[in-house]
Amino acid sequence: MRERFASGFDPFVIPFVLGMVFVLSYCLFGMIRILVQLPKADRRKFLLSLVTPKTLLKDIKDIFLNCLIHVKLWKRNPVLGYMHSSIAFGWFMIILLGHLEVMLFLPERIHLFYYPIFFNYFVAETETTLQGAVLFFLMDFFLLMILSGIVLAIIKRVRSRIVGMRRTTNPSFLDRVGLYSLWAIFPLRLLCESFTAHISGGSFLTLPMNWIFRQFLGNELNALPTWWAYSIALGVFMTVLPFTRYMHIPSEMLLIPLRNAGLHILHPRKGFARVQFYSCPGCGVCIDACPMSVRKENLKDCTVYLNRQLRRGNEKRIEEISDKCLMCGKCTAVCQVGVQGPELRLAQRTMRNYGVNPHYSDIDPERFRVEGGSAKVLYFAGCMTHLTPGIGKSVRSLLDKAGVPFKMMDPEGGLCCGRPMMMAGRKEQTRELIRLNTDIIRNSGCTTLLLSCPICYRIFKERYSLDGIRIVHHSVFFDELIKQGKLSVQHNDSLRLAYHDPCELGRGCGIYDEPRSAVSSVAELLEAGKNREESICCGGSLGSLSLNFEKRKDITLASLKNLCVEDPDGIVTACPLCQSTFSNYSDIPVQDIAQVLDNASS
Amino acid sequence: MDFGFSLSPSSAVNLDNTDMSLYERLCEREPGAKTCMACGSCSATCTVSAINGMSVRKVILGLQRGQFRDVEKMLSRCMLCGKCTMVCPRGINTRHLILELCRLYGSKEGEL
Ligand code: SF4
Ligand code: SF4
Ligand code: SF4
Ligand code: SF4
Repeated sequence: MRERFASGFDPFVIPFVLGMVFVLSYCLFGMIRILVQLPKADRRKFLLSLVTPKTLLKDIKDIFLNCLIHVKLWKRNPVLGYMHSSIAFGWFMIILLGHLEVMLFLPERIHLFYYPIFFNYFVAETETTLQGAVLFFLMDFFLLMILSGIVLAIIKRVRSRIVGMRRTTNPSFLDRVGLYSLWAIFPLRLLCESFTAHISGGSFLTLPMNWIFRQFLGNELNALPTWWAYSIALGVFMTVLPFTRYMHIPSEMLLIPLRNAGLHILHPRKGFARVQFYSCPGCGVCIDACPMSVRKENLKDCTVYLNRQLRRGNEKRIEEISDKCLMCGKCTAVCQVGVQGPELRLAQRTMRNYGVNPHYSDIDPERFRVEGGSAKVLYFAGCMTHLTPGIGKSVRSLLDKAGVPFKMMDPEGGLCCGRPMMMAGRKEQTRELIRLNTDIIRNSGCTTLLLSCPICYRIFKERYSLDGIRIVHHSVFFDELIKQGKLSVQHNDSLRLAYHDPCELGRGCGIYDEPRSAVSSVAELLEAGKNREESICCGGSLGSLSLNFEKRKDITLASLKNLCVEDPDGIVTACPLCQSTFSNYSDIPVQDIAQVLDNASS
Repeated sequence: MDFGFSLSPSSAVNLDNTDMSLYERLCEREPGAKTCMACGSCSATCTVSAINGMSVRKVILGLQRGQFRDVEKMLSRCMLCGKCTMVCPRGINTRHLILELCRLYGSKEGEL
């Protein structure tokens, strides 16, 4: 290879250089700002994680797999996965190969950062550079890959259903500018390289095109304007990037290390939260996933719109969206970036000022002193189970049948576990409730805390410090008893039951298999259309502060429909709130797992 | 003379003297408040009613009668457990009602 221009410069590179300098400084400035916003302890944690080889390796691996290859998206929707990874990975490879070319052939130019991008304009092929053929081939190959991705992207814009999505978001004006310039970049690159292919060399794509063009066009005359157009398209894209959803590209690269460092969202706008809502590319996967989206008027309350409003700072809508969400966690489960929609909302809820701030300091834990001798199992039914007494009764009956001595923590009703309070964002009140309940539990001398309600279970697991005490949900506990042969149950071959994964038990605490195994021991287990991580909230969730009873009806009906795809005889769940919510509308019986087991045991 | 009983002072509230603005603000934010039929299901089930007499029914009535201090006292022990929401036959979102009321107290809008 030899250089065509001694100066190594041509004015057409200027738009690209300006755009690049702008976007790099913008990102650097933004990153510093975010690091400054992090609480001191978090910042330390983050910086420490960057010098720990293990987390650093994980960061690199995750960035490669998520930002370039988009593995999670592949698993979810292969067409979309291909679309994104062909563009991201292909582009990355072209940049990488560009640098390689410069390093191999013109190492003295490597300090000019536009050189690898516009390499083919500045060089001419010589006899001795045939080794470049491999690189040229790869260049064409990856360009073709990107172009196929772009074609898919254009089809997706026109008809989102073709790629398997029911709904997609509407881009804003700047988003469109970014989108169209992105679309333009690669066809223009193909043209540029084709026009110069007879000088700089090319491969299976660019050489034939060069030949065709030369049949009816003067190549030399067309080359420069096309390179200008290519550079301008790049420059425009880089310049608008910070103001479009394409900001997700640099954001995600920061999000991954922050997440791997183990940070949590503490403030709805600053630090970690900011990186999260900027990392959302607006793919819209969470719209179809959100249980609220069965109601047209709630479409704009999904996480993708929360992210958008947070970026725009639209306070009124942020408040509304934050209050409506059921906190079911499904959007996080399906999001390939891992935006924590419910946590963002929770942080927003904690920001509020109240004129009345409940306090429980005058409640005497002695009042709830546990009676019942030396039994080591403490059963806390919880508020919701007190409203569905059948479930509590079955739990006690099963414990008796299995010969497990136990005592009740709340025989006449106890204190609330604190999770509903926590989901309303009232931290101080939650802490007080946790303190009171911890006292009661510690004083009881138990070693196992048995719970019926997944809402309680989750907060006991996540927020209480009860070292030495096993916290267990009844579905897991009874499954164990069955497996150990302490509880004998009868399998009914003609009974077909569909299991509903409660949000707090499944996505919340990762318990999917034990309840299924317990149900299978008494009946034929059927699955819902969407299950496990993608199970649909029953609609009764205490997470939503503002959705009222009528509005939840459609959510419950949609969830029931999803449960009945295999036409079960009954529905079984593991949460008193789900059980009671479904029972309002279901045509077939809805029972808690404890009730089902109790009926089948002797 | 001891009759074995005594007269208690009248607890009647003169509704004409009551400032309804707080109640009205609440109804704007949680229209469900207007549909309460004072059935008392919420009171019967409330986790803290035994502790400080909390009752959504009494909260709603208290607002209409100007018993703001009593209402505040009741609100100040609610644990937001949601039992009242689950049992309310009118489907009132009582947790939202309570939270909004807690916000209105002391805010400019809710100033008495
Ligand atoms: S947590 Fe559930 S209800 Fe809330 S936005 Fe996500 S999917 Fe929708
Ligand atoms: S939050 Fe996640 S799933 Fe929803 S649009 Fe953004 S990236 Fe997609
Ligand atoms: S949410 Fe408050 S008022 Fe309602 S039952 Fe629970 S403690 Fe009582
Ligand atoms: S249960 Fe509902 S309707 Fe009945 S008193 Fe309470 S809030 Fe009013």
